[in-house]
Amino acid sequence: MGDYILLAISAILVNNILLIQYLGNCPFLGTSKKMDTAVGMAMAVVFVLALAGIVTWIFEEVFLKPLGLEYIRTIVFILVIAALVQFVELFMKKSIPALYAGLGIFLPLITTNCAVMGVCLINVKEEYGFLEMLVSSIAYPIGFGLALILFAGLRERIIIGRVPTPMQDVAIGLVTAGFMSLSFLGFKGMI
Amino acid sequence: MSETSLAQEFTKGLWKEIPPFRLVLGLCPTLAVTKAFGTGLGMGLALTFVLVCSNILVSALRKIIPSKVRVPCFIIIIATFVVIVELVMQAYTYPLFLTLGIFIPLIVVNCIVLGRAEAFASKTGLVASIADGLGMGIGFTISLSVLGSIREIFGAGTWNGVELFGPSFQPFTFMVEAPGAFVCLGLMLGIMNLVGKK
Repeated sequence: MGDYILLAISAILVNNILLIQYLGNCPFLGTSKKMDTAVGMAMAVVFVLALAGIVTWIFEEVFLKPLGLEYIRTIVFILVIAALVQFVELFMKKSIPALYAGLGIFLPLITTNCAVMGVCLINVKEEYGFLEMLVSSIAYPIGFGLALILFAGLRERIIIGRVPTPMQDVAIGLVTAGFMSLSFLGFKGMI
Repeated sequence: MSETSLAQEFTKGLWKEIPPFRLVLGLCPTLAVTKAFGTGLGMGLALTFVLVCSNILVSALRKIIPSKVRVPCFIIIIATFVVIVELVMQAYTYPLFLTLGIFIPLIVVNCIVLGRAEAFASKTGLVASIADGLGMGIGFTISLSVLGSIREIFGAGTWNGVELFGPSFQPFTFMVEAPGAFVCLGLMLGIMNLVGKK
């Protein structure tokens, strides 16, 4: 049990997927201008990633490994993720239209969100068992959501402040993310 | 397509729309693999190969692919070339393959490649698409190499593994850690904006 808690803490804080592992930065900068979209994106990623983690892991164990097809893993994983995202998109369009309108073009971009694909690859590369995979597929996107929502809060403040013209928008966003990353680096000693 | 506009397609990737500064896409590899000059260059070249090949195929097949299923088709094309790069790098540049790690398979979800396929190659002829892919790829390689050089020089006191300063140099480790990547890229983006405005 302790191992799983340790894995979760490590995935959420110590190895935070956005700020320490640098995965999923395009939606990080794209959807963090407003708190609502940040929360929506975070939830979508948690949902998609938990599903994608399980499905890709099963594909790896059932098809790729026994058949010795590990070399086409990249193609198989991206197809599985693309299909899943399509499903989530249809579901959201039907049942939560308000959120769908808010996320707009970013939902299809979850397919090209390296965080989703990245965690699926980490699960396989670290040779996690089923439970470990489950913990990591849920804890990593929680870390993603945490960083995204905290960052959206900061960014709403930055818009009010007076930023020099060349540094506006993404540039100051990246510098801010750098200092957030510095504070997350402080968790390194925890484990 | 005339000679001048071909040159334009090529050179726009080198300055006017240089990724990832002008086109803020593909940030993950930009941040992650630029700890040193060598890794940045390797990543840039791998991406250039994938970008050019996928542009060629997408452009050649643009009339056959139905527009409703185009994105999955593009992704399969890109993934195929990423697998090729992965296997070639594993065979010939194994140390680099290990350093880049999961960021090689992640080229498949790099927004630049899909973005160019969607925004350019699926609408334009073969030759122009090759020029576009080459320009964007080389632009990306230059950006990554420059960023990698800056971080390596300040963070480790070396360039491409060669010691630059005397033994009394205290490396500014912040630069090679994760926060340095964000801050360095942000500042470079600011400088690019400043230069571009003039």
